[in-house]
Formats: sequence, structure tokens, C-alpha cells
Amino acid sequence: MNESTSQLIYTLQLADNALILGHRISEWCGHGPVLEQDIALTNTALDHLGQARSFYQHAAEQFNLMPVEVKKQQFVSPALQQKIDKGESLDEDDLAYLRDGWDFRNVLLVEQPNKDWAYTVVRSFFADVFNFYFYKELQKSKDAALAAIAEKSLKEVTYHLRWSSEWMIRLGDGTEESHERMQTALNERWAYSGELFEMSAADKAMAEAGIGVDVATIKPLWDAHVDGILQEATLEKPANKWMQSGGKDGRHSEHLGYILAELQFMQRAYPNMEW
Amino acid sequence: MTVHSFQQHFDEKIDNDVAIEPRDWMPDDYRKTLIRQISQHAHSEIVGMLPEGNWITRAPSLRRKAVLLAKVQDEGGHGLYLYSAAETLGITRDEMYDQLHTGKAKYSSIFNYPTLTWADMGAIGWLVDGAAIMNQVPLCRTSYGPYARAMVRVCKEESFHQRQGYEIMMALANGTDVQKKLAQDALNRWWWPSIMMFGPPDDNSPNTAQSMRWRIKRFTNDELRQKFIDVTVEQAKLIGLTVPDPDLKWNEERGHYDYGAIDWTEFWDVVKGNGPCNKERLETRKKAWEEGAWVRDAALAYSKKRKARKENKKDNLAA
Ligand SMILES: [Fe+2]
Ligand SMILES: [Fe+2]
Ligand SMILES: [Fe+2]
Repeated sequence: MNESTSQLIYTLQLADNALILGHRISEWCGHGPVLEQDIALTNTALDHLGQARSFYQHAAEQFNLMPVEVKKQQFVSPALQQKIDKGESLDEDDLAYLRDGWDFRNVLLVEQPNKDWAYTVVRSFFADVFNFYFYKELQKSKDAALAAIAEKSLKEVTYHLRWSSEWMIRLGDGTEESHERMQTALNERWAYSGELFEMSAADKAMAEAGIGVDVATIKPLWDAHVDGILQEATLEKPANKWMQSGGKDGRHSEHLGYILAELQFMQRAYPNMEW
Repeated sequence: MTVHSFQQHFDEKIDNDVAIEPRDWMPDDYRKTLIRQISQHAHSEIVGMLPEGNWITRAPSLRRKAVLLAKVQDEGGHGLYLYSAAETLGITRDEMYDQLHTGKAKYSSIFNYPTLTWADMGAIGWLVDGAAIMNQVPLCRTSYGPYARAMVRVCKEESFHQRQGYEIMMALANGTDVQKKLAQDALNRWWWPSIMMFGPPDDNSPNTAQSMRWRIKRFTNDELRQKFIDVTVEQAKLIGLTVPDPDLKWNEERGHYDYGAIDWTEFWDVVKGNGPCNKERLETRKKAWEEGAWVRDAALAYSKKRKARKENKKDNLAA
């Protein structure tokens, strides 16, 4: 993998995480337990979507600068291959709507179903703690575009982190039932927290180039924050050490296929149209 | 003051366009009518989140998705302002929800129609939000202060929604054959329900006179409907869509469009609960509410615990 390919994949990893998490959260819109929270969560979905768009736009710019032979090697999807053959440039929508599942690089965590409010809060909490420290570091990226997106996103992520931390505590230390539900969700989702800190080939190359973040450095910060909140929430840190992985390499859970079937439906059914 | 003079004082305010505020004396019927109207409006906003929410995960571009999400979120915000306005009249939000869930309170029938294609997002914004604006702009000067103030905020956002919806329709109407077909099909399905949003015709609208007297209403249903039709027919022409009414004709003398007979049996059927989505909409709201019960209970329990802990701390410091 050369550096431009690594940088493209790296940017797509970030875009995909934001898009898929935003997609999941947006499923709550109109169905929240309290109207105020419905609105708050939709706001968060919008933040993630906005971040995804910035990353996809940046990825598209990088892609469009590649020589055609390199372009052809990036994505398997026939829809994208056709566009490349015709010499068309790609945009944010092509990357979100026309890539197939195995070219998505998001972590498995973000594609996991909402289930109930507890599962949703736990998933967001894991991601928010990570994003908070991650974007802090990414602000120093040598890629000015990535640094700028990180800076803008950090403000949003700071709010997300406060929101999910508060809900962890509120529900963990709420009623017996909410405590039970939170502990279950925490135990069930714990196995998806490890992948956040796995270094993909693109992660390694970009960290070395000063463009990306060495996520290993984030792990102790993540642990400390999570431990603190769990303690306040009277929740127990799960003991299991087994971690699921594969998303960053394009090996996903069954859930992603259904997400993409919905997300991509219009562009796949009515190709090459302006909306 | 005697009841009589309370009434006189109230009437004077109404006549002089002085806003009635929560602490002012008001006739019981005025209060009841307002609670019914405002809560019905609030319910419409939150039930209205569902048909459009239906397309958030399927929006055809990231930009459209963001706009749609923001729109549906706005509707939630409208619900919030309106529930708060209704609460100033002495009813709680939980009571209002209960009325919605038991079918005692109504919401706008338009949301009992299904959103079958992406073009419905355009048609709803253009027609439904458009009709809502016609209905609501006069309410910015309605006699009850908190309601009028809520409506000022709501109307600003509704006109934004209307433009976004029209923009979606315009993009489709300028698009490929299938996109044009999507747009026309959506207009065909949403036209009649939209013009029914103004309510029954004036000769069959028993509450209109009293509501006009109280300045809760400023124009009659038929006046608003006519205004909407006049504006919207021109907008349809502009993008090459055909309004599905063969009797639609410009009437030079009246300076308005004449339009065909509205099928009021359909309207009353949907109001009575027999629309295509009445059951789904209500079930969805109830499910969200019931499944959220443990979350609300926990939030309440936690805030009580926190308060108790704080007081404990204070006591300890004092001792
Ligand atoms: Fe609204
Ligand atoms: Fe409205
Ligand atoms: Fe609206």
C-alpha cells in the first residue's frame, strides 16, 4: 500500500465510523423515551453525519487526484468501477452510497443495533470517549484538512461525551431495573470496545507519517475515563478480555449489510441522478 | 370583581387585541378550547415526525439526509414549545400524552397517510408544511399570549421546511422521467389530503364562529384553503407538475381558482381512525412511550438520589 492509498483508507475509516454511528442514532428520531432526548439524540446524529460528510469530501478529493490505475484498485463495487471507467470523479455520495460492505472500514461497535436506550447509551459512550481523545490528537495532523475537521468535531464530541457519560451514571445509579439493563448492555457491548485501539495497516502508516493518530496512546486515557464513569455509575467493568474485530479490515457483522441496504437503496435503485 | 366584570374585562382585552396571559382570568370554555387546539397541534408535530422519519435512513444523498434530519428535529422542537404553551393552561404533558395514546385527543389527519417514496418528503414539505404555514401565520396574533409566541418561533421554521420541500420537488421535476413520475405521483397522493388540512367547509364547522370571536382563529377554513390553493397551483405550474383536480380553473371574476368537490367522507373516515396509517402511528407513539418508561423512571430516581445526597452533605457540613 502506498502512502496515498493509506491516507484514503484512513480518511474513509473515519468517515465510515461517523456515518454508520450517525445512521444508527438517527434510527431513534421520533422514537425516543422523552421528547427532549429525542431532539438531543437527533442533534448528535446530525453531528456525526456532518463529520462523515467532511471526511468523505476530503476522501473524494484525494481519490480524484489518483492515477486511474490506482483508482481502479480501490473499490470492488461495479457501480464505482463504471464511474472510474467513464473517467468521472467521485463525490461524498458516491463514497457513501456506492461502496460495498467489504470496502467499509468502520469498527464493528458502531454498526451494532440500538436495541434499547441502555445499549444505545453504552455504544455511544465507548465511541464518544474514544472520539474525544482521538480528535484531540488528530488536531495535530500534518494533513491540514483532517486537522481542521478534528478541531470542529472536538466541540461536538465534547458535548456527546458529556451526554453519554451522564446517561451512563443516571441509568447505572438510577433504579434497580435501569442498573440491571445497563450492566447487561455493558457486558454485551464490551467485546466491541477493543477494536477501537487496533492499528490497521492504514493506521500504522498514517501514524508514522504524522497524519494519523497512534491509537495505542489513547487506550490508557480511554480506560481511565471509562473506569471513572463506571465507578460513579455503580457499574462493574466486564471481566471478559475477548474482543471482536474485523470491521477495520472490511469484515463486518451481519448488521452492516442491512444498514447499507437501507442507506444505499435510492442511489442503487436510481443510479446517476441528481436529488 | 364579580364574574360578570371578569368576563367584561376579558372581552375588552379580546376586542382590543390585548394578549391574554396565563394568570389572567379567562372563561372556562376559552381555556378548554385552547387546551384542545394547542395540544392537538403539539401532537400533530410529534406524530408528524413519523412519516418523514420513515425516510431518514433512506435519503438519497447525504445533504438531503442532513436537511431531513434537521427538519424532523425541528418538528420535535415545535412539539416541545406547544406542549409548554398548553401547560400554562393547567394541563401536564403526561396528561396530554395520555389523551393522545387513548385516542381522546386528535392530531392532524394528514399524518395518517403513508410516505411511499422519497418524493413524499418533497410533497410533505411543500404541501403539508405549506398548508400548516397558512393555518399558523394568523396564529402568531392569536389572543392567547404563550400560544402566539410559540407560533412565531414555529412559523419561522415552517417556512424553511416549505422551501426545502419545494426544492426537493423541483429537483425531481427537473430530473429524469422516473424522477418526474415520482414527483407527480406524490403530488397526486398528497394534494387532496393537504387541502383537507384546513378542516371542514365553513358551513359545516361548528366551532369557527366562537373561535373567531375569541380571536383564536383569524380566518375561516375556506378562506385559508382558497389562499393555499391559489398560491400552490402556481407553484406546481412553475415546475411543470399537474394538480390532480380536473375542475381546477382560474375564475377571473373572483380572482381565485375554482376547485373541484372535496371528498369529505374520506376526511371523516380518516379522522375516525380509518386512514391507512392511523393504527401504526398511534402504536408507534405508544410503543416509544411505554418502552421509555424505565428510562424516565430511572432519570427521576437518580435526580432524587442526587438531591438527597446534596442535602445530606449540607447537613453534615452544618453539623
Ligand atoms: Fe412543525
Ligand atoms: Fe405545525
Ligand atoms: Fe414543519
